[in-house]
Amino acid sequence: MDIPYTVQPRPDTGLYNAKVGVWLFLASEVMLFGALFSAYILLRVGSAEALWPHGWLNIPIGTVNTLVLITSSITTVMAWASCKMNQFGRFKFFHACTILLALTFVCIKSYEYHDKFTHYEITLTDGRIADGHLVSQEADRVVIHGRFVTDRKELFDLRAAGASHAREEISLERAQIKTMENYGPWHHTYLAIYFTLTGLHALHVLGGALVIGFLWGPGSKLWRRDPERFTNRVEISGLFWHFVDLVWIFLFPVLYLL
Amino acid sequence: MKSEHASETPEQFARHVRRYLFVFYALLFGTLVTVGASYIPFGNREVNIGVALLIAVSKASLVACYFMHLMSERKMIYGILAFTGIFALGLMCLTIASFSDLPRFTVTH
Repeated sequence: MDIPYTVQPRPDTGLYNAKVGVWLFLASEVMLFGALFSAYILLRVGSAEALWPHGWLNIPIGTVNTLVLITSSITTVMAWASCKMNQFGRFKFFHACTILLALTFVCIKSYEYHDKFTHYEITLTDGRIADGHLVSQEADRVVIHGRFVTDRKELFDLRAAGASHAREEISLERAQIKTMENYGPWHHTYLAIYFTLTGLHALHVLGGALVIGFLWGPGSKLWRRDPERFTNRVEISGLFWHFVDLVWIFLFPVLYLL
Repeated sequence: MKSEHASETPEQFARHVRRYLFVFYALLFGTLVTVGASYIPFGNREVNIGVALLIAVSKASLVACYFMHLMSERKMIYGILAFTGIFALGLMCLTIASFSDLPRFTVTH
């Protein structure tokens, strides 16, 4: 049995069915991310300004990741345009670029996550706080690369503090340590919403890359049998990919810059 | 409205590629402007937030209008998006409304 309206538009909608389907799906995605953005607003407005972190994320890395995702958007649209212009070789090239860029994005994001999971805030028994990245950890000793602060509030606005705080290797005995916690989602509400939003977004990137990878690889056989239907599939996956890019366009300033 | 790209020849279609590249350059430029603007002290944080969101909305509009072809879509897609917009706006309004509906003895900053 043939699936109807995969190429020809339905008379009542004027669109092929998959296009209506993907837009309805994207509508539900808007509500999903909208709910999380409103949760972010609630947490941000409910927090005292001095206790909301600034500069906890690396802006140059975030900027590079934004540029990577924007570039993947143009390669996606160029892949679709190549299909429309009957240039299958160019389609293959552009979609391969998209997959590589998607993987680059995920790798950079993983590096950022790793940076947070190896970053520790250590409260000492004498009341001081040692903050920095873990160098080594043994049964009786912890070594971090960071700095000491006396007030926890000093850790929140790193952009204002700038690079004036010299970091050094700090060796601490276990007996000195009262509490020790890394910068995971449990550390602060900012990190909780950061990991939720970017984690969900990264899952979308992986899901999109998987579909694009299928169309680039085994799915591309359809081009020989039914090029118009294949082109429509490329368009649908592209619409999803542009939505993922669109979400990141808002995530970047909200989480990294403000 | 008829979808712009539905029945175009490959030759006609090649013209659109230049437009896509222009949008791409605009998005790259917009990203650099967003980062640059975040380092400019506009007086208070609200203005900085407003500027960053304004640039983000401009970039998102470019992606939606050109890469997602919303400049020339069918009425049905606009209908779906209109409903989505209404519900998303309602969601945000509920969040904002909740700020004035705090239980007694809530500690606010």
